[in-house]
Parts: sequence; C-alpha cells; structure tokens
Amino acid sequence: MALLTVRNLALGYESHTIAEGISFTLNAGDYLCIVGENGSGKSTLMKTLLHLREPMGGEILTGDGLKRDEIGYLPQQTVVQKDFPASVREIVLSGCQGRCGLRPFYNREDKKRCEENMERMGITALANRCYRELSGGQQQRVLLARALCATQKLLLLDEPVSGLDPKVTNEMYRLIESLNKEGLTVIMISHDISAALQYATHILHIGSQIFFGTRQEYIESEAGQLFLAQQKGGEQA
Amino acid sequence: MSVFEKLSFYLQYPFVRYALIAGVLIALCSSLLGVTLVLKRFSFIGDGLSHVAFGAMSIAAVLNLTNNILIVMPVTIISAILLLRSGQNAKIKGDAAVAMISVTALAFGYLVMNLFSNSANLSGDVCSTLFGSVSILTLSITDVIVCVVLSIVVVIIFILFYNKIFSVTFDEDFAKATGTKADRYNLLIATVTAVVIVLSMNLVGSLLISALVIFPALSAMRLFRSFRAVTVSSVVISVVCAFSGILISILEGTPVGSTIVAVDAVVFILCSIAGFFMGGMKR
Repeated sequence: MALLTVRNLALGYESHTIAEGISFTLNAGDYLCIVGENGSGKSTLMKTLLHLREPMGGEILTGDGLKRDEIGYLPQQTVVQKDFPASVREIVLSGCQGRCGLRPFYNREDKKRCEENMERMGITALANRCYRELSGGQQQRVLLARALCATQKLLLLDEPVSGLDPKVTNEMYRLIESLNKEGLTVIMISHDISAALQYATHILHIGSQIFFGTRQEYIESEAGQLFLAQQKGGEQA
Repeated sequence: MSVFEKLSFYLQYPFVRYALIAGVLIALCSSLLGVTLVLKRFSFIGDGLSHVAFGAMSIAAVLNLTNNILIVMPVTIISAILLLRSGQNAKIKGDAAVAMISVTALAFGYLVMNLFSNSANLSGDVCSTLFGSVSILTLSITDVIVCVVLSIVVVIIFILFYNKIFSVTFDEDFAKATGTKADRYNLLIATVTAVVIVLSMNLVGSLLISALVIFPALSAMRLFRSFRAVTVSSVVISVVCAFSGILISILEGTPVGSTIVAVDAVVFILCSIAGFFMGGMKR
C-alpha cells in the first residue's frame, strides 16, 4: 500500500477554488517535488496535506501505518520567528512535542532524539546559541532537525532554500538528498525547477494543467515542456 | 525618621502588607504571560481586555452587585477567547479587533456609569478604575486570598504547559501539523490572560495593565537569548519592579499603579542600554 494517496483533491479559500483534480500516490522512499507558478496553490496543498486546512473536495489517505502526527514539516519562516528569543536546543526539542501528548515535560528519550538530530544536521555546536542570531542556512538546519524529531517517515518542505545563497542552497539540497537516501519520504515545494529535476523521483505540477508522474515522464510531458520553456525564458530575461 | 523606620512603621498596617503580597503575585503572573503575548504580537490584548473588564465592572456597579468579579471574570474570559481566536483568519484583523473592542467597552462603561450611577463621586470612581490608584490599598483579606489562590493556579498551569506554550508560540502551524492540539492551548492562554488581567486591574487599573504585561518581557528580551532565560528573568524583573514600586509609592505617597509602571519603564531603559553594550561586545 502507498504511504500517501491523494484522490481528486480540490483546494481553495472559502468559496474560491484555486486548484482542483489533484491526484497522486506516494510510496515510501519517494522524493516528490511540487512545482507550479506563484499562486497556483502549492503552499495550500501542503497545508491541506498537513491537515492545517480542510480540503474543498476529494480525499487524502495515509497508508503503511503512517499516523497523522508522523509528518515532519519545514515551514517557510514567519515574522514571529525572526526575533524570537530561543536557543537552538529549545527549538529542536519542540519537535518532540507532538509525541508528548498530555505529558507536560520532555523525557530522556525525547532529549536523546533531539541530540541525535542536531548531530545529524551538524548543529550540535550551535545548541546553546540564539536562533535569531544564526545565518539563514543554519536556521533552516535547526528547523530541519526539529522536523526530524517529529518524524522518521515523511518530511514536507516548503521552499527550503528560499533566501539562501547558492553555496548554502547546494548544501541544503544535498542534506535533503541524504535524508531521502536514509529512507525518508520527501515532499518539497520548489521554485527551482532544475534542482527539482536533479533530485526528485516524482514531479507534481499544479497550475492551469495538473501533472503527476516520474521525473522522466514530466520532462517529456506537455505541461513539463511548457513550464521548462517558461522558466528558461524567465532566467534569460 | 529614617527610611527603614518609616517602612517598618507602615508595614505594621495589614493593608500595606496585603498590597505588597497581591502586588508581587500579580506582577509574577502577568510577566509569565507577557513573554508569550509579546512574541505572539498580542501586546495590546492586555489593554483591550482591561477595557472590557472596565465596561463589565461599571455594569456590575450599576446593578449594585456586591461581588462584581462574578460578571467581570466571565465577560473578560469570553472576550479574550474571541480576540485571540480572531488572530488567524478573521475578517477584522487582530490589532483592529482589539482596538475596536477596547474603545467600545471603554465608551459603554463610562456611558453606563454616567447614566445610571448613584454614586456621589463619579469621576473619582472612574479614575480609580482606570488608574487603580486607591483600590490596591483597600484590599480585604478575601481579595488577597482570591488573589493568592488564582496566582498559584496560574503558575501551576504555566509550569505544566510551559513546553506546549513554547511550541504554540514559536510555530503554531508546525505544532498543529505534528499533532499538538494548538487550538486548545491557545484557548488556555486566552483564559489565563483574562484571569490575570482582571486580577491586575486592582493593582494598576485598566489603563496601565499593558505595561505590567509587556515591560518585563521586553526588558528580559534585551538581555537574554533563550526562551527559558527570558521567561525566568522577566518574572524576576517584574516582581522586583512591583515590589519597589509599591514601597516607593507608600513612602512618597505617589499613586501605586503609575509608580510601578514608571519603575518598569526605567528598568526597560536600563536593560536596553545593557543589552546594547552586551551585543556590542559580542560583535
């Protein structure tokens, strides 16, 4: 059975529909990139997958014993976080909050998981530093470590490289790739179509046309060629 | 008479001791919540809610209720829930909603008092509700007990839910997505905020409450860089300011509420300067 199955999903706000007819299935270990123009509903799709927003129609099914709270999420940064006084360890540890339930404090297992994931992201040395004083790339690593505390299965990333310089962007992509190789299923929203085509196994294109398929199928599809041509034009202009 | 003799003379009176106990406890509770409210961009909720409480209080006064907390508390709690919930996706945005509700409640409160009050000293009543100038020194033993019990409850709730409050404040979407019942904790924060506000009305009155909520948190944020350190130090700052504020006002005969806020403001300036130099050394 697939890890995640989406059938005929419609997205929108109140009575206004942004996108409809989205269907795809995702198996464990897949790396899905969601591409599309601005405002096509990529972030809304992600929020719907996370149950932060009700779908207008269609259904989202989870399989392989994936529980609702076993999804890790790397959101886009909010204004609140920019000047939030919190140490790196406090933030990473808060990724374990979901599994606490009504238990008021973190136990030894949570703390161990936090240390492991900081190690994994190479931020152990920053553990006591203040989040707002870190560079953009370091902040993303912190949030990624937090997401890893929440999941071992499925990771949702909302534009993980926006605002990062090219070198850090590449490091970030490589980090995500290594997590995917370790067995995590990844869903990533990206503006960067070339990176999407380099790393993803599957592509979901939303916009005027909806497309879902493997990377190769996308390159050969009409939607893919149109979008690639557009992006290329945009880069040259 | 030296300052200490003067102090020990005043401290013989129970009402002075009551004021000190209640003042310190209220300062403690309000600063605990302050950090979260400031970070959630709800600095003004204290102001808004206290005006709602003022409106409710004047209605209670007109109805001649002996225990007006029975009306004031539920009305304020309901408004707090409505305001904090409206933060995310309401038609009227958070700050506008707070401003709207607060001026409306203030206007209606004063209107009702003017139309129906049979008190001889209307402007005195209004002034003391707004600035809390007298009421803190007229607390009865029952008031103090209520205050102590509620403060203990607030502190216990805060300690038990500390980690959850942190998660919900730092990143509500992430908390929700990973299975934390964020809405429930927002409701909790709103309710506790309302309780603390109604309590603090006695101390500084409804116009100056915001200061009690936001100043200690802001001062602490100049100096410290982790959530725990900010929370703990904002409590310490708030308690010290309230304590010294009340002492000064007793010794010098200044109004209690405004003296505490003045001390808070001075401490904030000192913390900003200290923070500037600490940051400068680091860079």
